[in-house]
Amino acid sequence: MTAALLIRRRSYLQGPARLLITPAILFLVVASIAPLFATIKFSLTDYRLLSPGTSGFAGLTNYAHLLASPDFIPAMVNTLALIAVVLAATIAGGLVLALLLDGPVIGRGALRLLVISPFFVMPPVSALLWKNLLMQPVSGFFAWLSGLAGLQAFDWFAHAPLLSIALIVAWQWLPFAALILLTSLQSFDHELREAAQLDGASPLAILRHLVLPHLTRPIAIVVMIETIFLIGVFAEILVTTGGGAGSTNLAFLVYSQAMLQYDIGAASAAGLIAVVFANLLAIFLVRAVGRSLDA
Amino acid sequence: MSGIVLQGVTKRFGDHLATDAIDLVIPDGAFTVFVGPSGCGKTTLLRLIAGLEDIDSGRLLIDGVDMARTSPAARGLAMVFQSYALYPHMTVRANLGFALKLARRPAAEIAERVEGAAAMLNLTPLLDRRPAALSGGQRQRVAIGRALVREPRAFLFDEPLSNLDAELRAQMRFEIRRLQQQLGITAIYVTHDQAEAMTMADQIVVFRDGRIEQTGAPLDIYRNPANRFVAGFIGSPRMNFLTGPIAADYGCATIGVRPEHLLLDPAGAVSATVQTVEHLGSESFIHLRTRSGEPLIARGTHDLDVHPEESVRLRFATGRVHRFDAEGRAVPANNTCLETV
Amino acid sequence: MSARPRNRAIATLLAWGASLAIAFPLLWTLLTSFKTELEAVAFPPRFLSFDWTLANYRGALADGEYLHALVNSVIIAGGSSALVLALAIPAAWAMAFAPTRRTRSVLLWMLSTKMLPPVGVFIPIFLFYRDWGLLDSRIGIALLLAAGNLPIAAWMLFSNFREVPGEILEAARMDGASLRQEIVTVLAPLALPGIASTFFLVFTLAWNESFWSLNLATTEAAPLTAFIAAFSSPQGLFWARLSAASILSIAPVLLIGWLCQRQLVRGLTFGAVK
Repeated sequence: MTAALLIRRRSYLQGPARLLITPAILFLVVASIAPLFATIKFSLTDYRLLSPGTSGFAGLTNYAHLLASPDFIPAMVNTLALIAVVLAATIAGGLVLALLLDGPVIGRGALRLLVISPFFVMPPVSALLWKNLLMQPVSGFFAWLSGLAGLQAFDWFAHAPLLSIALIVAWQWLPFAALILLTSLQSFDHELREAAQLDGASPLAILRHLVLPHLTRPIAIVVMIETIFLIGVFAEILVTTGGGAGSTNLAFLVYSQAMLQYDIGAASAAGLIAVVFANLLAIFLVRAVGRSLDA
Repeated sequence: MSGIVLQGVTKRFGDHLATDAIDLVIPDGAFTVFVGPSGCGKTTLLRLIAGLEDIDSGRLLIDGVDMARTSPAARGLAMVFQSYALYPHMTVRANLGFALKLARRPAAEIAERVEGAAAMLNLTPLLDRRPAALSGGQRQRVAIGRALVREPRAFLFDEPLSNLDAELRAQMRFEIRRLQQQLGITAIYVTHDQAEAMTMADQIVVFRDGRIEQTGAPLDIYRNPANRFVAGFIGSPRMNFLTGPIAADYGCATIGVRPEHLLLDPAGAVSATVQTVEHLGSESFIHLRTRSGEPLIARGTHDLDVHPEESVRLRFATGRVHRFDAEGRAVPANNTCLETV
Repeated sequence: MSARPRNRAIATLLAWGASLAIAFPLLWTLLTSFKTELEAVAFPPRFLSFDWTLANYRGALADGEYLHALVNSVIIAGGSSALVLALAIPAAWAMAFAPTRRTRSVLLWMLSTKMLPPVGVFIPIFLFYRDWGLLDSRIGIALLLAAGNLPIAAWMLFSNFREVPGEILEAARMDGASLRQEIVTVLAPLALPGIASTFFLVFTLAWNESFWSLNLATTEAAPLTAFIAAFSSPQGLFWARLSAASILSIAPVLLIGWLCQRQLVRGLTFGAVK
């Protein structure tokens, strides 16, 4: 019997229990919720750091200006595109890796170490390594590879900045997806597989009808968690393109509005949109994957 | 040695009434067994006595003192848990001596009592091992030893044998009973297994839905169940219940006959068809169906020669028919069912 | 499932190929860190035939800025993780062992704060820090990282505590342990592995955090993330130096990650995947 089954209400524990949770809750409220309300407030004011005297209630003008600005729609599109590409790449790649590692391989321990490494590399390091050592069109490794294939070296950041950034981010998150899917694969009931084999199912059929449905739940979890983090992709953009050349996302827009244009009001509006967007996206994605789970 | 008395003990979990105004006296030095189906409240009552749950209303008297507000340890009771609940990071010796260490007893006394308990339970060679290195039966003995060391007023057992295999269970049943008789300490034992209850108890308390159905010595309950529930719960295979025309012959809504009192007799009043026969070697059990479709089990000798699809006649052993009125209460032999209201 | 030797060979080959491809950028960086700057930008790239040198590592370790950033990373990551544990352990204990009707909603609420992208609170935090002199301070950053990691730690500790069999604590209570003794002599030793892996997860997340540490720290409190980010300006582009500094910066957390893989996955998926 676990504590979960034996947990009962004990009157003499109630008092201390409330005391013990309060600091954590208070801390989160002060560090997350209170500032959120401040952001909402700022988004409704005209507040520019360079002209402090003119701040006052501005209603929804910040939002109107933001939606009308030429930077906003591209930023939203880029945010979505980045998330979509990274999700697709990491789940597809993660699935392949998980299936490979789940098979009869020698040295699975060492393989796991290799595969999870990118996840623990800090984003600025990832970005700079990819940009310079790999993608640089003159002396980068990819340039050498394409030379071997007889192709011209591709200037990644000049021609496809967003895709390059997506590639870097996908590389960092691939281990996460792979590890979760692998863990879930390894918990897959052997007896189920054996029963299917006795019923005459080919490995491909087993994969399609048994394994993939079993993986729907972990995939949903991967989608949900990655989305939460992908909305806030920042360092990779800052360190590679600095937001230029059509590689700005929502998070970077907030940053540039605040730190480069000193428009607090507009930046807050963008920040709030990011929050709402993050939640909507997460809910939508979880529902979508959840529906395919039931289907 | 102490008297444990419960008066009107009630406990609710949210909307669920776990125990309903229980009045019970636990005899001193005796082995009392709480038995009943899952969810009947027997474990809850044990935990209330132990102090792991708070009583909502009622009194719990130990040696005449109301212990409802006293902490578990101060009540002087020791508990053996179903999952043994041994401290995994301590050796057997440390497990046994933990309570004494908390009570700040001198080291020499702790050592003496720990070694005494270990000797009594054949744990001496295992004293320096960790629980993970012990078998199920050994862990169980350590759990009992932990309770023993405290020299409590009473032992509380919460289904301690349910995690053991059948053979070990039978052996431990005997060990626990022997130990308790040797020490003469009051014991309250919770189980859902009526066989354990029958073989171990001085007094059985049968529970259902938070209420006591019957209290008494095992054979008393077996021979004179107070109602249909107790009659069907105690005894294996279960008592046969018959309604319809056969029961009407006896003047009651339901009659009950134990399998060993259902006898094959060509001149018997009940006619039935054999479904299957189970031969256990030492005895057999015949599964039958009456003409009106009611199932019956009869106990037969080991060399019984009966076959499926065969039609047989049965009679009830004299004076062994239990009668139950419409509410399920047992009706004594001299009364008619309609008289009891 | 016993596999035929041929299947085994193919599977192993494919798996190793894919895994090495994924780890390749790091392996390449490791290699580059031992080259001279000239060799590092040589084209076509040299694989093993170059003058191996430790000069880059020596240079990085002698660089005052690097060491300063390293110290900052340790202090910020360590400090914020300690704070997280100090807040999360009592909360998780209360939620696991004295749950109320509210417990589940509190836990979900905590997790929901994780759905808040940092940009959503960036402005007010920045202004508040500016006005109170907390910009470019290690404490300032550590506090924010703690807030970000608290929900994860609370959840991870909560599920760890729940796995402690309740009956062991009840046995301790029957043996006469007070609440404090229950916690110290029984719960703590059993929960220690879970607490340790929670600490490592949170430390890793704090070490790698790249929003607050890049935006709020300029010189004094700049941890390794900011230090490396500075390499992106054209003047700082030395590939071999960058490689060595990178390897040094990621090594500690990479080691932790290797050792605690399973617990980290559990912690990050909020226990949803076993």
